[in-house]
Amino acid sequence: MIGELWENFTDALEGLGSVVHFLFRLVGNTPRVLLRFSLISQQIFNSGALSLIIIMLSGLFVGMVLGLQGFQLLQRFGSEEALGTAATIGLVKELGPVVTALLFAGRAGTALASELGLMRATDQLSAMEMMAVDPIQRVVVPRFLGGVIAMPLLAGIFSVIGIYGAQLVGVQIMGVDSGSFWSQMRSAVSLSDVTEGIVKSFVFGVACSLIAVYQGYYATPTAEGVGRATTTTVVTSAVVILFLDYLITAAFL
Amino acid sequence: MRKSRTLNLGTGSFVLLGFAALFFLTTQTTSHGLAVFGPAHYQVTAKFDNIGDLKVGAPVSMSGVEVGRVTKIDFDSNEYKAVVLLRLNERFNKIPTDSDASIYTQGLLGGKFIGLTAGGADTYLKDGSQIDFTQSAFVLENLIGQVLANFTKQKADEQAPARADPKATEKTK
Repeated sequence: MIGELWENFTDALEGLGSVVHFLFRLVGNTPRVLLRFSLISQQIFNSGALSLIIIMLSGLFVGMVLGLQGFQLLQRFGSEEALGTAATIGLVKELGPVVTALLFAGRAGTALASELGLMRATDQLSAMEMMAVDPIQRVVVPRFLGGVIAMPLLAGIFSVIGIYGAQLVGVQIMGVDSGSFWSQMRSAVSLSDVTEGIVKSFVFGVACSLIAVYQGYYATPTAEGVGRATTTTVVTSAVVILFLDYLITAAFL
Repeated sequence: MRKSRTLNLGTGSFVLLGFAALFFLTTQTTSHGLAVFGPAHYQVTAKFDNIGDLKVGAPVSMSGVEVGRVTKIDFDSNEYKAVVLLRLNERFNKIPTDSDASIYTQGLLGGKFIGLTAGGADTYLKDGSQIDFTQSAFVLENLIGQVLANFTKQKADEQAPARADPKATEKTK
């Protein structure tokens, strides 16, 4: 019993160590891959531009819900004008980065993991090694960097659309004064709030992309293994994102 | 070739959109970003006994018109006063040197802001000058404290003679 637990613990530790080792390998290969930017730009398109629709739609609805809920709550205290501040701080600091990262893990992370896993299962990665092409450099690093670059941009787009969603409900439907909505927001939101959001989304981008390419690259080369890699990607990403979110929020206080 | 062109176009517009969003967040939703592109300005200081919860970025207004913003709040440990740095728009460069700066509250529970009232001097404030006439923030707790103190004092005054000489009050009745 104890032995089993200990074994599980050492397995988990070993997994963590190999993820960190993998991250260093990716970062070490980054400078050489940066020279071939077309590879990265293709992955930015795959991870970023193709996730745009789901991010924008989710951002709009999250913002609209914030506008509605915030209005109902603030109305009780007679300070509906603070709606802009409440919605913006909520979006820029928390919801923007976190929801974007969760959606990103679901949309782009799974795609990365299953693509790499399938490459592993169909021996494409081994074939590259046979041709003296380093699959890490040619396949993994561009996907990783594409995700890292796309994530902050997606989070920014999410927040902006969300703010307009809150404005749509608050100002157009509920009748909050448009001037005070924006001016209170401007005087209350500080640059460090925005910086915190950007730092968060960058860290989440690294975490999500790393987990996805790691799971895909080391997937068991069977149909079942690829499926499991995809599932693990989403589950691990979600937990890691929320854990990191707490850490970064605490660090910025 | 065709495919790579649409791909690059897609990537390019995505990246552009993303940076536009980040630009919007840093400049349009915060008070800091505006300063970078803000109009020409000059800075003056004012010392207050108590600034309440005045924040950096709070507006400075004159007759209700915004003429500048608070850029820095510091504490003078020699005079035990708060030193507030105001950045005023260059457009409003005819503010007399003996103008009065007071801290007001926006709405009932809103943030604090600084209101300037023009004085009568012929010289005008310029970069680096100091506003001498200031009025501290109105702190709600102090006011409530004073009201309560007055109230209890009044009550005590009413009760004091009654307790001291109950027969006397009975006679007067």
